Amino acid sequence: MIAQTLLSGLTTGAIYALVALGFAIIYNASHVINFAQGEFVMIGGMAAAVFVETGLPLPLSIVLAIGIAVLVGFLLEKLAIEPARGASVVTLIIITIGASILLRGLAALVWDKKIHPLPAFSGEAPIAIGGATLLPQTLWVLGVTVVTVAALWWFFNRTLAGKAILAVSHNRLAAQLMGISVRRVLLVSFGLSAALGALAGVLIAPISFTSWDVGVMLGLKGFAAAILGGLGSGPGAIAGGLALGLIEALGAGYLSSAYKDVFAFVLLLAALVLLPNGLAGRRTAERV
Amino acid sequence: MPAAAPQSASRKGLLALAAVVALLPFALANNYTYEIAILVGLNAIVCVGLNLLVGYAGQISLGHAGFYALGAYTSAILAARYGWPALVSFPTSIIGVAILAWIVGKPVLRLRGHYLAMATLGLGIIVSVVLATEDWLTGGPDGMSVPPLLITGEKPWYWIVGGVLLFTVWLAQNLIDSPRGRAWRALHGSEVAAAAIGIDAARHKLAAFVLSAAIAAAAGALTAHYSGFITPAKASFLHSVELVTMVVFGGMGSTLGAVVGAAVLTTLPQLLTVFKEYEMVLFGALLMLTMIFMPQGLVPTLEKLLAAARRKPG
Amino acid sequence: MLLRAENLAKRFGGVHAVQAVDFEVAPGAVQSIIGPNGAGKTTLLNLLSGIYRPDEGTIWFDGLTLTGKPPHQFAAAGIGRTFQNLQIFFNMSALENVMAGAWLHEACGLAAAALRLPRLARAEREARQVARELLEFVGIARWADAPSAGMPYGALKRLEIARALAARPRLLLLDEPAAGLNPTETRGIDGLIRRIAGRGITVVLVEHDMKLVMEVSQRVLVLDHGRRLAEGDPAAVSADPQVIEAYLGCST
Repeated sequence: MIAQTLLSGLTTGAIYALVALGFAIIYNASHVINFAQGEFVMIGGMAAAVFVETGLPLPLSIVLAIGIAVLVGFLLEKLAIEPARGASVVTLIIITIGASILLRGLAALVWDKKIHPLPAFSGEAPIAIGGATLLPQTLWVLGVTVVTVAALWWFFNRTLAGKAILAVSHNRLAAQLMGISVRRVLLVSFGLSAALGALAGVLIAPISFTSWDVGVMLGLKGFAAAILGGLGSGPGAIAGGLALGLIEALGAGYLSSAYKDVFAFVLLLAALVLLPNGLAGRRTAERV
Repeated sequence: MPAAAPQSASRKGLLALAAVVALLPFALANNYTYEIAILVGLNAIVCVGLNLLVGYAGQISLGHAGFYALGAYTSAILAARYGWPALVSFPTSIIGVAILAWIVGKPVLRLRGHYLAMATLGLGIIVSVVLATEDWLTGGPDGMSVPPLLITGEKPWYWIVGGVLLFTVWLAQNLIDSPRGRAWRALHGSEVAAAAIGIDAARHKLAAFVLSAAIAAAAGALTAHYSGFITPAKASFLHSVELVTMVVFGGMGSTLGAVVGAAVLTTLPQLLTVFKEYEMVLFGALLMLTMIFMPQGLVPTLEKLLAAARRKPG
Repeated sequence: MLLRAENLAKRFGGVHAVQAVDFEVAPGAVQSIIGPNGAGKTTLLNLLSGIYRPDEGTIWFDGLTLTGKPPHQFAAAGIGRTFQNLQIFFNMSALENVMAGAWLHEACGLAAAALRLPRLARAEREARQVARELLEFVGIARWADAPSAGMPYGALKRLEIARALAARPRLLLLDEPAAGLNPTETRGIDGLIRRIAGRGITVVLVEHDMKLVMEVSQRVLVLDHGRRLAEGDPAAVSADPQVIEAYLGCST
């Protein structure tokens, strides 16, 4: 029984980790908390589901869905974040919250408010492993997440583009002086985060279905995971996501399933109050 | 160029508001319009309180709907399930929520910026989930019915809400024009400089937090007794966002702005029921456009335009 | 001694911003802290005003032990300060900035403020008057009702001083009061510091402008790499070969 719970926790944890990574990437590049992150997850799942329903093959639908999310990410950066550069924290938070509401409203209009399934990537026959049964989709979720994290590591540490993004996050002015186009870095960051979110949406949709408002809780919990791990830290985001998924599954299984959604936020509050730097983050001192 | 002493300007605003409250009934044709006016008033009360926290003390709360709903439910539960007279449950709920805000605010207000936003958001969500889950107490997701307070009927409630609103605005303006108000605004301006002049940031932030929570609870309780019904949706993140939107749209740091913001954003959805499907899209777009192009809010932006226009001739 | 600090140390990661620094100020004195960039002057000031908690050492002010207390309690004890990077309340007018500065002397209860009890209205009028006088004292009376965000840099430097004075401090710490000012404006600051000292307020300033430091201080402390390099009256310190070397590099 516990193996089942842990597995389910790892699966959702992987999704939270992907969403949290998206938050971390955008935050690092622009110091903006993108409250619309969850909507990328929604767009990924919903677009793929709708494409499949219109008859397109699954792989194509997935690629198109991620592509649409990336486009939305670019638009968000260009139309909402760039014009408001230099605005206060509150202003930026509200802008992205507005974007999140706008995207949800559009999703309800363009598609509908129904729940949509997405076909599992390689069938639904459960696999039995050591007392637990797992869906093939679970393997996809975990596998793709691992591959994605590895790819991201390679991107940020071994490619010029990735290093440019890191440079901007450490010191924007110096990066600009080195000839790095901050605007382009911001665009790429948003696009990358959108792709991560959409990927998460596509991975989880076969298991927990998708709908116009599936992004709200996922986004908030992904954000909680990012903060848990230390805002702005990639490894922290992954650790936070996995930890959150596990604790949520264990809590729902052994404490109270009615309060499943609450564990994330109780954990978040505890982390914020007791561990202001998160599991791996850094605090910046204010210079006077 | 000399600006009018802030006190006289705000007194004019208060008188203008009182005039509006007194004269509006002549324009209200039926119970439905009275109902909208009452809802505007109730939202305005919350927003005036929230503005003290966000616009003046410079903090952020993405969970204020939680306090609103807790005020509503506490009064409702005490009156409906335990038979307390509404006149007693009402002030009790305000005091209860204030105490809770005090307990919760102490650790949470040590946080700043995004972290504070996230913490208040988390609190709000926890409240809404608890309210929806403990159905033996709260009636669950379908809500519960609430006994009336004193009277029922649109017309009497209009005057009750109008009176409470004017009282709240008066309180808020007094506070803003006092040393305490300046201390809060100092915190907003520069926390380190405020400390250098002896302002204890933690205590003041907490005071602003508790006061705005108490005001939200009062408005929540009034709403519950007025409409005779309350649901956990009133504690939702979306509702918290609506409240913050009203404050920033009307103008952070302007009490009258908070009232105007509440008025516009409460009546607009009613006028646009035709566009019900587009409501979220429009709301989201409005939020974004306001914060990008008019980050100070409607009333301060208008004031600036007026001041510029007055300076132009000669 | 009005203020006494012993063996102060502050580290940031591996950087020893301040190390083994002793500092004393006699009541009524005007003293300066100088040193090359990075010497730890502002860090020392931040320690003396409570913004940083020292990793080692103690701070006594007027008989009170202030070490480790939060900055608002340093202010309540009677220490005021200005900031190198202006920390004006840009959301308020110049007058309101100064009125805010008087918080320690006008504190009122929340209920009293909200209900606008009559004695509060009277206190408000008096506070406004006192603030105008302070603006006059520092020489920016014409900006009284202007939004502070629109004021020129030189006026803002003076506004910070007026705001700090509103708290009626016994000791005023000025962090580079002449930074960014031209020679005429700097002479004005010189005069202002003398007028402040004339009111019985003890002044400690961190400054780069040597002319100002020499003219106005009775005692100078030189910091270098976080440590005390020299201390004494201005003439002696400026002739000290170690000080000259620290500022100008190795002597040939």
